[in-house]
Amino acid sequence: MKIHEYQGKEVLRRLGVPTLEGFVAFTPAEAREAAKRLAESTGSPVVVVKSQVHAGGRGKGRIKEHSTAEVLAQVLRGEDGVAGKGGVRVVKGADAAEEAAKDLLGNTLVTKQTGIHGSKVRKVYVEAGCRIAREIYLAILMDRSKARVLIMCSSEGGTEIEEVAAHTPEKILKVWVDPVAGLGGWQARELAFALGMSGKTVNSFAKLVGGLYKAYDATDASMLEINPLIVTETGECLPLDAKMTFDDNGLYRHPEIVEMRDLDEEEPQEIEASRYDLSYVKLDGEIGCLVNGAGLAMATMDIIKFYGAEPANFLDVGGGANKEKVTAAFKIITADPAVKGILVNIFGGIMKCDVIAEGVLAAVRETGLQVPLVVRLEGTNVDLGKKILAESGLAVIPADTMADAAEKIVSAVNAYKAAHPVGGAS
Amino acid sequence: MSILVNKHTRVICQGITGAAGAFHSGQMLAYGTQFVGGVTPGKGGTFFESGSFRVPIFNTVKEAVEATGADASVIFVPPPFAADAIMEAADANMRLVVPITEGIPVKDMVTAWRYLQGKNTTMIGPNCPGIITPGECKIGIMPGHIHTPGRIGVLSRSGTLTYEAVGQLSRVGLGQSTAIGIGGDPIIGTRHIDALKLFHADPDTDAVIMIGEIGGTNEEEAAAWAKANMTKPIVGFIAGATAPPGRRMGHAGAIISGGQGTAEAKYEAMIAAGIHIVRSPAEMGRKMAEILGH
Repeated sequence: MKIHEYQGKEVLRRLGVPTLEGFVAFTPAEAREAAKRLAESTGSPVVVVKSQVHAGGRGKGRIKEHSTAEVLAQVLRGEDGVAGKGGVRVVKGADAAEEAAKDLLGNTLVTKQTGIHGSKVRKVYVEAGCRIAREIYLAILMDRSKARVLIMCSSEGGTEIEEVAAHTPEKILKVWVDPVAGLGGWQARELAFALGMSGKTVNSFAKLVGGLYKAYDATDASMLEINPLIVTETGECLPLDAKMTFDDNGLYRHPEIVEMRDLDEEEPQEIEASRYDLSYVKLDGEIGCLVNGAGLAMATMDIIKFYGAEPANFLDVGGGANKEKVTAAFKIITADPAVKGILVNIFGGIMKCDVIAEGVLAAVRETGLQVPLVVRLEGTNVDLGKKILAESGLAVIPADTMADAAEKIVSAVNAYKAAHPVGGAS
Repeated sequence: MSILVNKHTRVICQGITGAAGAFHSGQMLAYGTQFVGGVTPGKGGTFFESGSFRVPIFNTVKEAVEATGADASVIFVPPPFAADAIMEAADANMRLVVPITEGIPVKDMVTAWRYLQGKNTTMIGPNCPGIITPGECKIGIMPGHIHTPGRIGVLSRSGTLTYEAVGQLSRVGLGQSTAIGIGGDPIIGTRHIDALKLFHADPDTDAVIMIGEIGGTNEEEAAAWAKANMTKPIVGFIAGATAPPGRRMGHAGAIISGGQGTAEAKYEAMIAAGIHIVRSPAEMGRKMAEILGH
């Protein structure tokens, strides 16, 4: 699960990590008020108005409604020096803060990570400005191959780590945390010295990194990215950004973080799927898939592509699928208007094919399915399952193997599209 | 012969009185596995019964090992307590521990993984279907009847995709020495490379189907090892070529992050290692038959 920057900073503050003062604002008036309060507290009129969306690359992003197609294309290619203003604005005074918020709120921010659809800006974070001497990149994440938490730094703050990794990998510094000993102070200092720090900055950095690791560990985070982590002109280290992602499997221990879930940032169909404990990811193709098991579900998407079409979704009904789950899955798949056909691929193990067949038929009857449906059953009670489908009188196309199923759904969808040209939907 | 499990393996189940644990314990007994007991804290001294089978239940893994001589444990304990169960099994010197449980927090697995270092316990999983040597020993949740004894090793992260490969092999008349599902989580005990080494050393395995999926670099590590060491033919498939970056595809470990873990990178590593790749998951069995001239 992801949270916004302002929520990430709230989590950090709660766990004792120092951050700059800031307020979230849902309207331009609130942004104005926030800027005023910050000026009173810091004595400086400079504030930063930051779009709150889950995607990264906000500073280099552009507002879709105010940009030409060419500018957006440059953003998506990750170019520097693109014309116009970004999703993060440094402004002076309450008037300017209100103006910036007016420009961002309600509009769509396109960044390299959002794709051309962009992400709607529903809130901004108004944060105190500060004098930056240096920007550093820092991330805490799981190193799967070492089965340990990895802390990764680079002197190239502000730059995407993927770029640093591609061009100057020697600039990336790493330490791994022993889960028993925790992060050693010496490890944090090692990073500070390798980054060329000296004097009191070394201790400020070590203290900050120690606090960030504790926050990561205490919240079952799976990623904590600070880009940039800044050194102020007075030598203090602070997290200027905070991107936090949490391990879904650990969320049961953190109700306060679950509360931060922002449904506006998720696909409605994915929210519906999570209600039924279905694992669903929306994709851009035309053929909906309903499969048991994550590996087989990915393989089913792949074989659709192999036969020349595109999958409309990933959907794993899981090991204990029943009639209700299958029906919910059908409703979710068919709610996507792009879907022109459905492929059901079930390898029955503990789950019996006859039970699945009954579930599919019930779902077809209940949803009044209009598009072609191919069902491939294999495994436990397969013959009984096939018999139930064949005798149902419904237009279910049976298939024997994955290849057979993929071929059949692709040709059925092509026939369906020929019979239902765009604009003349059934 | 086979890898890790055979007719001599003595199996217990941790979490035997839960719904999943009880159901699958019955299935393992019915398959003919030497299934000798179970553990549920507080229920020691009672018995698990399934059909005509009756095995003792113990309070701790240590007691179970002392009384039954068990050397393998399958775990159906719920996620919040599963890492604890893994460590208990390792502390009791269990040779093999197979946590089936899906949804264990990564943080807990980091601790359990660390705990296993220097111990004699091999872990398969978590979030896996388990391991089966057809006709001899089934530890896990796979449907036993689709497997046939033979000489092909099957290795995959996923459950149903493993069944798919086994089904395809059985259809072309090729049996399996051992089929192992290593699990879909980011942190797992036995990785592709570990399983490949075991299949390589097993005189009764002639060839291996290795199935990977997007996320992490385990498949690349295994391919690099195979390139230098493996003489037996391998058929390879990677699931998730069509998955978009940054999205988790069901399995907690199946995510392309920071450009790492793509299907294409894994295929390239496999090709460089001389692995016979198939880009259609429907071709795994046929490709194997073709290579072996079967």
